[in-house]
Amino acid sequence: MPAIISVRNLGKTYANGFTALDDVSLDIEEGEILALLGPNGAGKTTLISVICGLVQPTAGTVTVGGHDIRSEYRAARALIGLVPQEITIEPFEKVIATTRFSRGLFGKAPDEAHLEQVLRALSLWDKKDTRNRELSGGMKRRVLIAKALSHEPRILFLDEPTAGVDVNLRKDMWALVRRLRDDGVTIILTTHYIEEAEQMADRIGVIDKGRLLLVEDKDRLMRKLGRKRLVIELQAPLTSVPDALARYNLTVERDGHALAYDYDTQADRTGIAHLLSDLAQAGLSVRDLETTESSLEQVFLSLVEENA
Amino acid sequence: MNWQAIRAIYVFEMARTFRTIAQSIVSPVLSTVLYFVVFGAAIGGRIESVEGISYGAFIVPGLIMLTLLQQAVTNASFGIYFPKFIGTIYELLSAPMSFVEIVIGYVGAAATKALMIALIILATSTLFVDLQILHPVWMVTFLVLTAVSFALLGFIIGIWAGNFEQLQLIPLLIITPLVFLGGSFYSVSMLPPAWQTITHFNPVLYLISGFRWSFFGVADVPVGISIAAITVFLALCLTVIWLIFRTGWRLRQ
Repeated sequence: MPAIISVRNLGKTYANGFTALDDVSLDIEEGEILALLGPNGAGKTTLISVICGLVQPTAGTVTVGGHDIRSEYRAARALIGLVPQEITIEPFEKVIATTRFSRGLFGKAPDEAHLEQVLRALSLWDKKDTRNRELSGGMKRRVLIAKALSHEPRILFLDEPTAGVDVNLRKDMWALVRRLRDDGVTIILTTHYIEEAEQMADRIGVIDKGRLLLVEDKDRLMRKLGRKRLVIELQAPLTSVPDALARYNLTVERDGHALAYDYDTQADRTGIAHLLSDLAQAGLSVRDLETTESSLEQVFLSLVEENA
Repeated sequence: MNWQAIRAIYVFEMARTFRTIAQSIVSPVLSTVLYFVVFGAAIGGRIESVEGISYGAFIVPGLIMLTLLQQAVTNASFGIYFPKFIGTIYELLSAPMSFVEIVIGYVGAAATKALMIALIILATSTLFVDLQILHPVWMVTFLVLTAVSFALLGFIIGIWAGNFEQLQLIPLLIITPLVFLGGSFYSVSMLPPAWQTITHFNPVLYLISGFRWSFFGVADVPVGISIAAITVFLALCLTVIWLIFRTGWRLRQ
């Protein structure tokens, strides 16, 4: 698939010397859902803001749909819908007026039928004549999405779309994102909820301290960086790890009834076969074995820790 | 040009005007009526005429200018400051539109609203005094140029302002005194010579003088200088706007 957004050596250093983005390069493919994952202040929002034209980069280039975001900003921005992190919305306007306004700003001729379709898809149609300030927080967030979709963007940025959103709305939001993807819209979402990235994304990019640590297919990332834990349940309890097993870095768990062994699934030798035979030699009899896969959360934390 | 975007901003801003019709239109009209009652009736009873014009009629151009300036500045400054304040400016800055288009949308709407109110006040004043307009084309020219220039100034203030206090500061502390001291309610020739000289440093004098000339054919300063003054002011505002556009000052980080 062709890259719809191409980011090359992007940097942003603020006047006070703070580096928000440091040499970020990234290709976003048309039609994918990319999740940008990172702790607060990692540079996710800055990256989005540069691509959308809100922040001027201090280094590097970005093209959107083949258009440079500075020299051909009109063509580039026309492709993009942005849903900001903060709920920023005209309080005294009606839902329909605020949506109509957004469409106009992006240079599109009025199209009430399209606006109706967008508002219906977001369950906002019956609220179209309600003033924004009278809406609940979740509804306001949906209005922001309606504004972003009002001009039929090919790319949608969702900056922390489900921060502070209840479970039902979060599920709705996820369903909506999938529908949009099925319609061919490229979606870039930022989140610090690992679950969200795990549920939604085709690919995951991890950002920390302004650096893009990696971008990887979600499943491959899980496999590649996934570590497993083998828990060996013993017939008789132990108080400490026998010296003969010291080299495995085992930990005693479940009040001595089990030993845990962490290993890398990608390593040439996982060490499991040796461990099991050494256990037998040490005279320990095994009652049960179980393995657990690490979640994206652990993957993420270990990446961020490496970067620290 | 992204005409759809200009139209969207213009329509949006004008809708705000009509939504807040009471504060937008009724209150300036009411305060003008009060000026008529206080200055026209109470003081005008003692001053029979100024330069051959009845005092009630004499103050009409000044009153219109007073409101026009205040309205153009406050509407444009509020129009752009409010999105900054509530954060919706992100949408303007991420839209495929240039700064020029943003300016045309906001300044156009603010100038339109100020002109509407000016015309309403003009119509209202005919209920109180007999008016003649000797040079209607020039009158409209002065109105439009002044409305646009001061809406531009208001836009600059709105971009500059970091809080609501700063937003009010310039209209309150600079523009209103300049209008009052710029010959709204008197002819400069009525002042002592020293004050006459000082008054000539007040840019608003030239606006009011030229505008009054378009009504009655009498002016404190030659009308050519008035036109030059408003043109220079317009050019100055456009230059500042251009600099803001070039640097992204207070808008893009």
